[in-house]
Amino acid sequence: MGLEPNIERLTQLEGIGCARKRREDPRFIQGKGTYVDDVKMPGMCFGAMVRSPYASARIKRIDASRALALPGVIAVITAEELKPFKLHWMPTLAGDVQAVLADGKVSFQNQEVAFVIAEDRYLAADGADLVEVEYEELPAVVDPKKALEPDAPAVREDLAGKTDGAHGARRHHNHIFNWEVGDKDKTARAFEQAEVTVKQDMLYPRVHPCPLETCGCVASYDKVKGDLTVYITSQAPHVVRTVVGLLSSIPESKIRIISPDIGGGFGNKVGVYPGYVCAIASSIVLGRPVKWIESRSENLTTTAFARDYWMTGELAATKEGVIKALRVHVYADHGAFDACADPTKWPAGMFHVCTGSYAIPHAFVSVDGVYTNKFPGGVAYRCSFRVTEAVYLIERMIDVLAQRLGIDKAEIRLRNFIRKEQFPYQTPLGLEYDSGNYEPALRKVMDAVDYQALRQEQAERRADPNAEWLMGIGVTTFTEIVGAGPSKMCDILGVGMFDSCEIRVHPDGSAIARMGTITQGQGHQTTYAQIIATEAGIPASVIQVEEGDTSTAPYGLGTYGSRSTPVGGAATARCARKIREKARLIAAHLLEVSPDDLAFDLDRFVVKGSPEQLKTMKEVAWAAYNNVPPGLEMGLEAVEYYDPPNFTFPFGSYVCVLDINRYTGETRVRRFYALDDCGTRINPMIIEGQVHGGLTEGFAVAMGQQLPYDEQGNVLGGTLMDYFVPTAVETPVWETDFTVTPSPHHPIGAKGVAESPHVGSIPCFSSAVTDAFAHLGVTHMDMPHNAYRIWQQSHALGLDRH
Amino acid sequence: MIPRLFDYHAPTSIDDALKLLGELGEDAKLLAGGHSLLPMMKLRFAEPGHLIDLGHIANLKGIRLEGNELRIGAMTTENELIWSPLLQERCPLLVEAARQISDPQVRYMGTIGGDISHGDPGNDHPALMLCLGASFVLRSPAAERVVHADDNFFLGTYATALQPDEILTEIRIPLPAAGSGWCYAKLKRKTGDFATAAAAVLLRMKGDTVEDVSIALTNVADTALKARDAEAFLRGKPLDEPAIAEAARLAMAICQPAEDLRGDADYKTAMAGEMTRRALRTAAMRAAH
Repeated sequence: MGLEPNIERLTQLEGIGCARKRREDPRFIQGKGTYVDDVKMPGMCFGAMVRSPYASARIKRIDASRALALPGVIAVITAEELKPFKLHWMPTLAGDVQAVLADGKVSFQNQEVAFVIAEDRYLAADGADLVEVEYEELPAVVDPKKALEPDAPAVREDLAGKTDGAHGARRHHNHIFNWEVGDKDKTARAFEQAEVTVKQDMLYPRVHPCPLETCGCVASYDKVKGDLTVYITSQAPHVVRTVVGLLSSIPESKIRIISPDIGGGFGNKVGVYPGYVCAIASSIVLGRPVKWIESRSENLTTTAFARDYWMTGELAATKEGVIKALRVHVYADHGAFDACADPTKWPAGMFHVCTGSYAIPHAFVSVDGVYTNKFPGGVAYRCSFRVTEAVYLIERMIDVLAQRLGIDKAEIRLRNFIRKEQFPYQTPLGLEYDSGNYEPALRKVMDAVDYQALRQEQAERRADPNAEWLMGIGVTTFTEIVGAGPSKMCDILGVGMFDSCEIRVHPDGSAIARMGTITQGQGHQTTYAQIIATEAGIPASVIQVEEGDTSTAPYGLGTYGSRSTPVGGAATARCARKIREKARLIAAHLLEVSPDDLAFDLDRFVVKGSPEQLKTMKEVAWAAYNNVPPGLEMGLEAVEYYDPPNFTFPFGSYVCVLDINRYTGETRVRRFYALDDCGTRINPMIIEGQVHGGLTEGFAVAMGQQLPYDEQGNVLGGTLMDYFVPTAVETPVWETDFTVTPSPHHPIGAKGVAESPHVGSIPCFSSAVTDAFAHLGVTHMDMPHNAYRIWQQSHALGLDRH
Repeated sequence: MIPRLFDYHAPTSIDDALKLLGELGEDAKLLAGGHSLLPMMKLRFAEPGHLIDLGHIANLKGIRLEGNELRIGAMTTENELIWSPLLQERCPLLVEAARQISDPQVRYMGTIGGDISHGDPGNDHPALMLCLGASFVLRSPAAERVVHADDNFFLGTYATALQPDEILTEIRIPLPAAGSGWCYAKLKRKTGDFATAAAAVLLRMKGDTVEDVSIALTNVADTALKARDAEAFLRGKPLDEPAIAEAARLAMAICQPAEDLRGDADYKTAMAGEMTRRALRTAAMRAAH
């Protein structure tokens, strides 16, 4: 076409590929954000929860008289008060029900028992302290394997006699479901015929996403208008509107859900929690706004944990390390209510991505969901549904196999990779990987860290009996599955998992864009504008991106599972193209040529072969409001609802080098090299920030996060004194790198990135820690790899001094 | 996480504080930095009706040298210890240890006197005081007395010799001898945590032999511990690896740590030994020979 790229105009556009600064940051770094707890409404009162000290107990009596006598306490509600509204139980996303306020029995420690509403939060806390609850303690069970023993105490009396759940038959009073995928018989035959088999048990402990901002809401019901407005910490405000509509019988048109600035979600803010329901119900009854905000300990011990997967992996392989089959069994501890946040048909989420980056001919997975006396959840903590667990399993198993066969841990991966030419690749568990190019990624990382030299250094260290520090090298080459998802496979409460974008271009050529997703730190206001800039030729600096208000934004399923770029970003690109194509018609009209004679050049339409004849997008925008071709509507707006044809499959290659003090168990991460391939890169700076954040949270999970329980069901470590949230002091230095393998089905080839570093780094740390002891026969060490636990391994091997 | 209602008092003199303490009795708590007390109040484990804030009493602040003694006001913050040129020069052990206490936010508020008076074996100053041979000035309305840290001041978890009508006003530390080596070796899980185990060492060498040594341990019993057997063993001996190993063994022998998420008794005891080794080695490197 003879058009030279104009660098100045390209720079002004700030489109895809530009490392423009985050538009969100000026308000956040000045303390000018608006979070839910910043919302203050006239007449607002405050709710506080009364919680059970016991993991399992019958409630004999609740006496609220002393609380009600306290001046300033407005009301105390219990299950009895909610019963007339049928709000004492609520449906969960997983097809179970959850007690909003305990209905005669508590099933986990800190379960919600009563809700005290007072004039301010201090009086609410005092009131909650005065509610007297008489309990009869019952035996509790916290281990999912013990929970399935014949005489185990029943976690859920309300399910007595129910032999079927939302996902088929239950075979025990604490059994939720069995979910199987893959060919059991063919897999069994592959194991029978295998030259080598390995088997490893591993526990992915119960952890918590622990966002900086805890969960909360302000519910405000206008008794005159019949309107309900809820400011809420939600990653999926539109879904919340639908749920609230179902529960309250208020039409969705009269419900407005607003997710304002959100201080991190990481899966913790997907669900609907009893505190929200109590605040909403109280507001409807009182006709006053009611605020409820969790404390940190309430957040850590009641609203949506992650993981708690008790996994057994098996691999069948040749002596050369070529994998023939994978078999997995999981006890999935879902706690007292199945409030797992997965697409409806997938009780173990996308766990079946567990064949990883490897061409494994046969695989079979069986997952048993189990009730225990622990708080409900099972959310995807900075990952797509159960993908962290799946990636952990396969990456640990391939290490175990490498050690059995004496093959290097990088080499065995190279021998098993799905090759570039095999994409799109059908896995034995029913997924179709869109694109990948694994071998160059791993080789690039091995070169960057001089992998062979590291192994040589390690061999020397291992040969020195006096070495105080053991050296471990971890390798992972993971594949993620994100962007849920195709509505034929994925829905939430029956709503397909599409997402949406609406763009309005104003007469001056600036624009407002609204999406069904909601940023919680991802920087949507920055990156979505870049997609529109490139696709529609409008400078990102004049594009206003708004999300989170259900009264203005188009319906979407929200932000979790790295779905914003794969689904919302795709909707945005296609919506921007609709704008561009309408603009083309207007430009053609203005230039008196056929639309086909126009070429789109960054921010303008140019007549082919006649570059001096052009109309800029700014000119077209003005014309859209006064001079459109006959038969064309005025205005320049578009809406797109995008149902993706498939998931996207980002991947990465990570190497971790660390040193472990054999006498104390202290670990020093010497080097962590992370190469991520997320397809087309929209904003390299935001990607790097996402990767740093994901790696840091991965480091936290691998090295220290855990919510342990004692036998009585008391949750231990439910404060930040014990729960590990790393500061800059603990956090290693990250080295990042990338390759680009676009998704063939995504409009701009982007795959999503925020969760990959979390998913990929956790097994890499376990790989490195275990590798430090591998020469002594250790094949696996469970997380968290804190000093105490590592010392126990060292002690067991006689490496310490005591 | 919200405390029950309490009254707040902010006296500006020690006498006024003592008077308030006398009047309000058991229902009052003294507020120093508040970083132990306030969390306990938020959890409603502590529910005092009155807080007497010592933060407005100028006489309780400051670090000075008087004769051969360092005198530190009880309300001196950790951050002030860290940036004191006097301590940096004459008592670097205290500076090194204060730098390892919790996190910067706590160090701006937390005080040496609060740390000592609270009687928490997880606090760092008790072991440092034992190691440095410090004594404490305790004022009551009637009298002032000086109690040596090593003279049954630390009685047990949250229990000290401080009487209900007394306020700790000053910490007196004999100047460590010139040329002393020092180290506070602390193992903790993360920023802001208490020690899994820690060892404070003050060491004087004469050539290759130990002339004198002081060793104290943090968080491995219900009070800070003075490792007297280890000290006695080392005096007059060359500080070689076998001697350090034996000293660590003797230090471990007096540990009786409580199990928690930081580790079980075996681990914490072993870590007391490891921290003793580290502290001794580092102190030896820093000591004039």
